[in-house]
Amino acid sequence: MNRLFSQRRDRLLTYQAMREGKTASSRRVSCPGCGEESGALDWSRNGQVCPRCGYHGPIGAYYRLSMILDPGSFRELEEKLAPANPLNFPGYPEKLAALREDTGLRDAAVAALGRIEDHKAVFVVLDSRFLMGSMGTAVGEKVTRAAEYAEKRKLPLVIFSASGGARMQEGIFSLMQMAKTAAAIQRFQSGGGLYISCLTHPTTGGVTASFASLGDIMLAEPGALVGFAGPRVIEQTIGEKLPEGFQRAEYLLDHGFLDQIVPRSQWRPVLGRLLALHEKGGRG
Amino acid sequence: MSKYTPEEKVKIARNPGRPGTADFIDALFTDFFEQRGDRLSREDGSILGGIARFHGRPVTVLGHRKGKNLDENLRCNFGMPGPEGYRKAQRLMAQAEKFGRPIITFVDTPGAYPGKEAEERGQGEAIARCLALMSSLTVPVIAVVTGEGGSGGALALAVANRVLMLEHAVYSVLSPEGFASILWKDASRSGEACAVMKLTAQDLRRGGIVQGVLREPEGGAHTDWQATFRTVDAALKKELAALDKLKGPALAQQRYQMFRAMGQGLPPAGKEEP
Repeated sequence: MNRLFSQRRDRLLTYQAMREGKTASSRRVSCPGCGEESGALDWSRNGQVCPRCGYHGPIGAYYRLSMILDPGSFRELEEKLAPANPLNFPGYPEKLAALREDTGLRDAAVAALGRIEDHKAVFVVLDSRFLMGSMGTAVGEKVTRAAEYAEKRKLPLVIFSASGGARMQEGIFSLMQMAKTAAAIQRFQSGGGLYISCLTHPTTGGVTASFASLGDIMLAEPGALVGFAGPRVIEQTIGEKLPEGFQRAEYLLDHGFLDQIVPRSQWRPVLGRLLALHEKGGRG
Repeated sequence: MSKYTPEEKVKIARNPGRPGTADFIDALFTDFFEQRGDRLSREDGSILGGIARFHGRPVTVLGHRKGKNLDENLRCNFGMPGPEGYRKAQRLMAQAEKFGRPIITFVDTPGAYPGKEAEERGQGEAIARCLALMSSLTVPVIAVVTGEGGSGGALALAVANRVLMLEHAVYSVLSPEGFASILWKDASRSGEACAVMKLTAQDLRRGGIVQGVLREPEGGAHTDWQATFRTVDAALKKELAALDKLKGPALAQQRYQMFRAMGQGLPPAGKEEP
């Protein structure tokens, strides 16, 4: 674990150094959005958002938390929570072990206690590098414990979703996490708790159809794909091409499913303002 | 050991000759008054529900509706609800809560409909709200998986105090075809998927996902509807009587704890803030 921690720390320090311009990087990155090339350093300084077109690239959970939390306020919760293999699915433990090596994550969700502009809250961030941020028992349990923790301490709950949906390798147990997390959120909210759901690219399937859609406040990053069924499945089902921008954040906003779209650089001020407006965790 | 393989059970579970929600309502309930529409935009025929009497007692009954032939299936979209169906279900369940009626649901769907309009009108949100609402109800809720329990579209009607399954019904995170196509990029390996998914009633009972398995007649429910009705009727009567011993909040609590516990093999909650 120490080794993973130091890997994680190194990476964060590297990001920081890059943001502050201490590491000279001449690497060029071509944007999946506009196709234009920019320097890796410019991308990094811009929080992995294309400096030319504003395309929002994927970022890891710890990095996101480092971007939005007050410095020094991060304290990880439930970091020991690890996935199980309830179906004894062949090859799954090996896959998990390899991903743990690669990402430094135990599973696809990181939970933390932290502050934004001095407002304390409980945070959960899903990481799409870990099996597409899919929800198995560990992710479901972490979201549930975070909601319970927030409920007990009368704190607001902020969840950043990025997920392919229920995790196939844990089968029906993954499906049940939808009921479990939705129930935990419902309980937290009926106790007066504020839950802000932040949707990032992509959020689909069982995560969209559970805790991610239940926010008191619903926000999304520009261009994020959010839906229940994935575009490929829909195209196969209906036998036609989907229109440009279908299931994107802007489309969701038009159809009434979001309060606002928040560019990555604005999460801190927007969340800070919302938390301030709900002083005492939203309980008056 | 069952005499059918999981793959064979999937075939039996999908047999159009099995009794469906409409048949169970006809046979087990009296005075059925159908309630239609979500009060927002439309009526979704793939969910059938209303008020009825179960052994004289008013209940709310609802479930997925599949057709027995192509014509019927076109009207109920092969049992695949859109958001309107799930919003109708929410409306009916909220009403049951208001009037203190127990809720009985029949689950039989390939899954929620993956269509363009369904997405446009918030399929994910509609299912999520169903889950949240069901988890908080203070009336008894019993779900019976009668055929195919496909994915979130099935779970949306199955956050119950007791989830029962017919012996050859199946219940899974995704159809075996979808599962194989996601994990192995090959839908034709669905047979293999059936074997690893633990989707049979017997496996799910062992895994603590369902609380009871209801015996089907020899060959499956489609061979003898009356026998199937008798079994389901007796099971519902027994479970309802057991749940009547719990009052209001205790029902919500029992349901919450049951789903809360799903996902075994995890370390206990650690101590947090000093």
